Amino acid sequence: MKEPIGTTGLILNEPLLWEKGSKGRLGMSIPESDVPAVEMDSDLAGDGPDFPDLGELDVVRHYTRLSTWNFGVDSGMYPLGSCTMKYNPKTNERQAGLPGFANAHPLLPPELSQGALKLYYALQQYLAEVTGLPAVTLQPAAGSHGELTGMMIFHAYHQSLGNPRSKVLIPDTAHGTNPASASLCGYTSIPVKSNANGVLSPEDVAAVMDEETAGIMVTNPNTLGLFEDNIGEIADIVHNKGGLVYGDGANMNAVMGIVNLACTGVDVLHLNLHKTFSTPHGGGGPGSGPVCVTEKLERFLPVPRVLEQGGRYTLSDDFPDSIGKIHAFYGNFSILVRAYSYIRSLGADLKKASQYAVLNANYIKESLKETFHLPYDRPCMHECVFNDAKQEEFKVTTLDIAKRLIDKGVHPPTIYFPLVVPGALMIEPTESECKEDIDHFIETLKAIAAEARENSEILHAAPVNTKVKRLDETLAARKPCLRG
Amino acid sequence: MRYLPHTEQDIQAMLEVIGVDSLEGLFTTIPKDCRRTEALNLPDPMTEWELNRHMDALAADMAAAPEYKVYLGAGSYDHYIPETIRQLILRGEFFTAYTPYQPEISQGTLQAIYEYQTLVTGLLGMDVANASMYDGASGLAEALLMSIRVSRRKKVAVSTAINPLYRQVVKTYLAPTGYEIIDLPCLEDGRTDLAGLTNPEELAGVAVQSPNFFGCIEDLKALGEKIHVDPKTLFIVAFSEPLAYGMIKSPGSLGADVVCGEGQSFGIPRSYGGPGLGMFAATKKCLRAMPGRLIGQTVDRDGKRGFVLTLATREQHIRREKATSNICSNQGLCATMSAMYMASMGGTGIRRLARLNHDKAQYLKNGLARAGFEIPFAAPTFNEFVVKFPAGFETTYRELLTKKIVAGLPLGTWYPDLADCYLMCATETASKEDLDELIKEVQP
Repeated sequence: MKEPIGTTGLILNEPLLWEKGSKGRLGMSIPESDVPAVEMDSDLAGDGPDFPDLGELDVVRHYTRLSTWNFGVDSGMYPLGSCTMKYNPKTNERQAGLPGFANAHPLLPPELSQGALKLYYALQQYLAEVTGLPAVTLQPAAGSHGELTGMMIFHAYHQSLGNPRSKVLIPDTAHGTNPASASLCGYTSIPVKSNANGVLSPEDVAAVMDEETAGIMVTNPNTLGLFEDNIGEIADIVHNKGGLVYGDGANMNAVMGIVNLACTGVDVLHLNLHKTFSTPHGGGGPGSGPVCVTEKLERFLPVPRVLEQGGRYTLSDDFPDSIGKIHAFYGNFSILVRAYSYIRSLGADLKKASQYAVLNANYIKESLKETFHLPYDRPCMHECVFNDAKQEEFKVTTLDIAKRLIDKGVHPPTIYFPLVVPGALMIEPTESECKEDIDHFIETLKAIAAEARENSEILHAAPVNTKVKRLDETLAARKPCLRG
Repeated sequence: MRYLPHTEQDIQAMLEVIGVDSLEGLFTTIPKDCRRTEALNLPDPMTEWELNRHMDALAADMAAAPEYKVYLGAGSYDHYIPETIRQLILRGEFFTAYTPYQPEISQGTLQAIYEYQTLVTGLLGMDVANASMYDGASGLAEALLMSIRVSRRKKVAVSTAINPLYRQVVKTYLAPTGYEIIDLPCLEDGRTDLAGLTNPEELAGVAVQSPNFFGCIEDLKALGEKIHVDPKTLFIVAFSEPLAYGMIKSPGSLGADVVCGEGQSFGIPRSYGGPGLGMFAATKKCLRAMPGRLIGQTVDRDGKRGFVLTLATREQHIRREKATSNICSNQGLCATMSAMYMASMGGTGIRRLARLNHDKAQYLKNGLARAGFEIPFAAPTFNEFVVKFPAGFETTYRELLTKKIVAGLPLGTWYPDLADCYLMCATETASKEDLDELIKEVQP
C-alpha cells in the first residue's frame, strides 16, 4: 500500500480572538468623516460592544491558522454519505464575485436587475429539465428550508380542497429534517418501516395511508443508497387517497439524466444545490434548496416569482394562492449563480456525473464487502452503507474506524446514520474522485480492518495526528460553555 | 470535462470489479417507467473562458455600486468589505468543509463559530447566540415560534414597523399552524405603539425592530417594561442593521429576551439579497428551546481546549419530529465572514464606523429637510430615514435612474398611507459630494 496521506507536520497554535490584540488597533480602513458630527440622543446612545482590537495581519494569521485545523474537499477525499461532497469548482467563485452580482441591491427596480433575473429564470428552467417537474422556486435557503416549503405547499393544497389533513408518512430511513419540517406545519409524522430489501413496500404504505394523511415524504434514492423501486405503486396508493408525494432530492446526484422524477409520481421535490450542483458546503452553509412541483401545484409556489415577456424580466407577487414569502428576498442568490455556472459548464454531461458517482459507489461496495459487513447486498446508487458488525469481536466500533481514517488523511463517512443500520458507515464518494484515490481509500479501510484485528488499541487511541484528540462531548453538553 | 476524472480505461476496470458490462448496467434496479428516455435538454457545455464571457455579460446587465449611487437599505446595506475577508473566506479548508461532525478535523470552523457566537452575544448584549439562521426574516419567524413553544400560547404581536418583507415571511411560517398574529400600529413619530396591547397574558411574544424599518430607533426600555407586565411574554427585538449597535444601547441591556436579525452588513456582499446571515441570540432561560446549531467549548483526552457541536438533543437529527426547528444547514460561511469583519473593526472600529454612518445619514436628512422636504417621523434614526417628496416625484425618481442614482425605496407598496414617502439610506460609502448631489437632484 502507498504511504497514507495523513501525516504530522507543524501545527500552529492560535488563541481565541479576545486573547490577543491591543486597544486602539484596527484591522480595516475606516474613512475619515467629511460631514459634521451629530450627537445621538443620550438616552439611546450606548458604549458599543467590547470587541478586541486587532491589526490586519493579526486577523489574517488568526483565520489562516484556524483554517489549517480544518479538512475540506480541497484537502482530500470527503466521502460523507448523503452530503455529496463533490468538488466545488473555483471558477464558480469568480462568477459569484462579479461586482454586478455581488454589489447588487435586492430591491433595485427590475429594469436595473435584468442580468440577475435572467439567470434566475434560466436556472429555474434548467432544474425543471433535470427533474422533470415543470415549476420551480429558488427561494428556499437550504434543503430543510425546501422541505418546509414543500410541506407548506402540501398544507395549502389540501386546505384549498377544504381539509389540510393532519398526518404525513415518513419512512424510517428519512433524514431527521423530514419529520421536523412536517411538524412545523402541524403534521404528525407516521413512520413507515423499510422492508428486508431496504426499501418501502407498497403494502406497508397502503396500511397507513388514509384520507387524513396529507401524503408521504420519500427520499429517492434513499439513505441506504437504494432506489425505491416500488415508488410508482406507492405514489398510486397515496394519490388514490387524495395525498401528495414529496421527493427529498438530497440524493439527486445519483439520477440526473437517468430518472424523470415526474414519472415516479413525485408532486413536490427539493434539491440541494450544495450537494448535487457543486456549490460549497462552507462548514455548514449557506446552502440552497430549490423546490420543483407539478403544474397542478404551481399556483402555491412562494412569491415573488420571476416572469418573462419578450426577453424582459419582472418580479410578481400576484399569485393569490401562493403560500407567501419564505425568504426576505429571493433566496441565496450567489449560491444560485454558482449552481448556474456548474450547469452551464457541464450541460447534458450532468448525466455522466451521476453515472460516475454511481460507478464509484458500486466499486467501493464490491471492493469492501468482504472486509466490512454490508447489510443490504444489492446494487447501490451513489452511496453504500456498511457497518461494524465484523469488527465487533475485536471491540472496535464505527466511531473507532472513523477516527482512524482521520489519522490516515481521509475524512470519515457519515456514521451512525441511517438509523435502520446499527453502527452505519455511509460512504458517498461522488464522481469527483478518480480511480487511484478511490483505490487508496479502499486500501486504507482494509488496512484499518487489519489493524482492528491485530492492534485495536491504535483505533481506540485515534486520532493522534490531529491538533486535538477525541473531545469530551458529554462535558460540553453537561456544562454548556457557548461563549468566551 | 475537467471535473470528471474518469478515463475509458478506469471505467472498464471498475465495471469489471462490479461485474456489469456497461454504465447502463448500474441502473437496473430502477424500473423502466421511472427512467428518462431522452437526453437532458440543456445548453451545450462551456469552457471556463466561454463561461467567463457569458457571466460577464449577465453581470453587466445590473445596476451595481459603485457605478450606480444606490441609496437603498431596507435590510441590505452597502458597506466596504476589506479584501482580507474576501481572500480568507476562500481558503478551501473553510469553504469546502461541511458541518463539523468530526470535531478533530473541524477545529477551524468550530473555533471560528464559537468566536462568532461570542462576538454576537457581546454585540447584542445577550447570554447565548446560535451558529446562525438563514436570514433576518426566518430568524424572526423562528423566534416567534420559539416564544409559542416556551409559553404554550397561540398568539403573537408584531410591530408594523418591522421590515414588511420579514413580516410576510412570519405570516407564511405561522399560517399552517394557525397561530394568530396581531399587528401593532405606529405612533406619529415612527415608533411602535403598544397602547392597544391589552391582555398581555395571552401573548407568547411581542416583536419590534430597532432601528425599525423606517430607520427609527425604538424606545426598547419602555417597550420592554410594558411587554413584561406578564413575565412569560417574550420580548423579541429584530434588526436589519447590526452596525447600529456600535453606538446605540444593545437590546439585551434594555430587557430583550430574544434578539434576531440580519447580519449582512458585517462583511457579506449584498448579492441581490442572499446569502445573508440570520443572527439569533437569547437569554439563558431560552437556551434549551433555541433553534439551530450551537458550538460549545470542551477539552480533549489530554485536557487541551477544543470545540464541538453541542446540545444537539434539541435538533432534528436526534429529536426528529420533536426538534426545536427543522434547520440543519446554517449560514456557516456568512457567520465566519461576519466574525472576520467584527474582528477587523474591533471595538474601536465599530464605534467609529457606526458614528460615520449615523453622521452621513444625518447630513442627508438635514440637507433634505433644509431643501424643504418633509421628514415625517421625528424619532431619532441611525443610517436610514423616511422622507416625503411632493406628489409626482415618481417622474424625477425615474429620471434619476437614468443618471445612475437610485433615490431611495418608495414605500407605497407596503404602506399605502406613505404613498409619497421614500426610505433613504446613507452609509460610509457615500461621500459628502455624493450626498450634496443627491440633495440637489431630487429638487424640482
